[in-house]
Amino acid sequence: MSMNRREFIKRVAGVSALLGLGGSAFELLQPGALEAALKAKSSPRYAHNKDRKVAKHWAMLIDVEKCQEPGVMDKIIEACNRAHNIPHFKDPKHEIKWIFKESFEHTFAENSNKYMDDRIKGWIFLNMCNHCEKPPCVRVCPTKATFKRPDGIVDQDYHRCIGCRYCMAACPYGSRSFNWLDPRRALDEKDLNPEYPTRVRGVVEKCTFCAERLDNGQLPACVEAAPEAMICGDLADPNSNVRQILRKRTSMRRKLELGTGPSVFYLV
Amino acid sequence: MYDAGKIIIGLVIFVVFLTFAFWMDAGKAVPPPKPKLNTPVIMKMPKAERKCVESKEFMRTEHMQLLDTWRNEALREGNTEYINTNGKMYIVSLQNTCMKCHSNKKDFCDKCHDYAGVKPYCWRCHFVKGQMKNWE
Repeated sequence: MSMNRREFIKRVAGVSALLGLGGSAFELLQPGALEAALKAKSSPRYAHNKDRKVAKHWAMLIDVEKCQEPGVMDKIIEACNRAHNIPHFKDPKHEIKWIFKESFEHTFAENSNKYMDDRIKGWIFLNMCNHCEKPPCVRVCPTKATFKRPDGIVDQDYHRCIGCRYCMAACPYGSRSFNWLDPRRALDEKDLNPEYPTRVRGVVEKCTFCAERLDNGQLPACVEAAPEAMICGDLADPNSNVRQILRKRTSMRRKLELGTGPSVFYLV
Repeated sequence: MYDAGKIIIGLVIFVVFLTFAFWMDAGKAVPPPKPKLNTPVIMKMPKAERKCVESKEFMRTEHMQLLDTWRNEALREGNTEYINTNGKMYIVSLQNTCMKCHSNKKDFCDKCHDYAGVKPYCWRCHFVKGQMKNWE
């Protein structure tokens, strides 16, 4: 005889009620009330926000030269940190980074050499999740906590994350951070964005391309903060803003030889 | 049996001690929880509009399933709108919809959860601004 959990609980409740143990002691559960309520009305449904930003393949262009202007990168990082309640830990071992500064040789290791021109050598590059076409992090995640949306965004579901950090090992870009400490300890109440949750100790987080903002019809926080340096758009549409820029300007992508298909382009 | 008296007395004390929780509370019923609905946001609403996203009965028994569906719809499907059985639209968000009205976790959520002995961990991430001191 097979019995699923629901059936088992029902029977235990029935037997205990017969024995006077109060199988239905929980006054909130009126038998039949729920079924009646369900039958009475039309079934609820879910819908997209009609203003939501849509693309077949979201891509981000980072204008590196614009980023070198004083304050631009800090403005972008600050906007991202605020929008997502990203904690600030001083110890680099505990850092949580969604978008962050790196040198040329750390960003484009395979292209750097000893005799590089001083101009590029001195540049700082913004690193973030590349929202790969074939994301290795999604492939290795045992719980599907990180997943690829149909619009190309690699999103992260903290409810499902078990903190195994396979994704961190798989990501060739170092775009993921693990919450070693309770992130709430390092947050200041006055800086909190009340619309966005915090995370909990033991989950991995990263840039989510502001998927929740796009779904609500807003642009990503970094694009909103510095539209001159960060440009997002649909890579699948040949007439989109990003494709028009990419046709005119030289761009670089990180570690193309790995075949992950990064969706972040550095305009140089 | 050696020391029968001592052993039997000891056993009786042991059994009394073991069943202490039962006879101590015999005949008493723990009063059912009364979650409070008097948050500023709810009080501001006109009486006729003081309704949750679904009926009280449904929310009492099914809010956990609803929230679980909400989480998946919003996060994984990008469905940010919930049209309820009466055709009214709500934003699919625990923090921005539920907790805007029910900002009194201690007097609302915790009341029944403590009674039922369940410990959901929603609030380890989701929060109401201005209540940082209550953070778990």
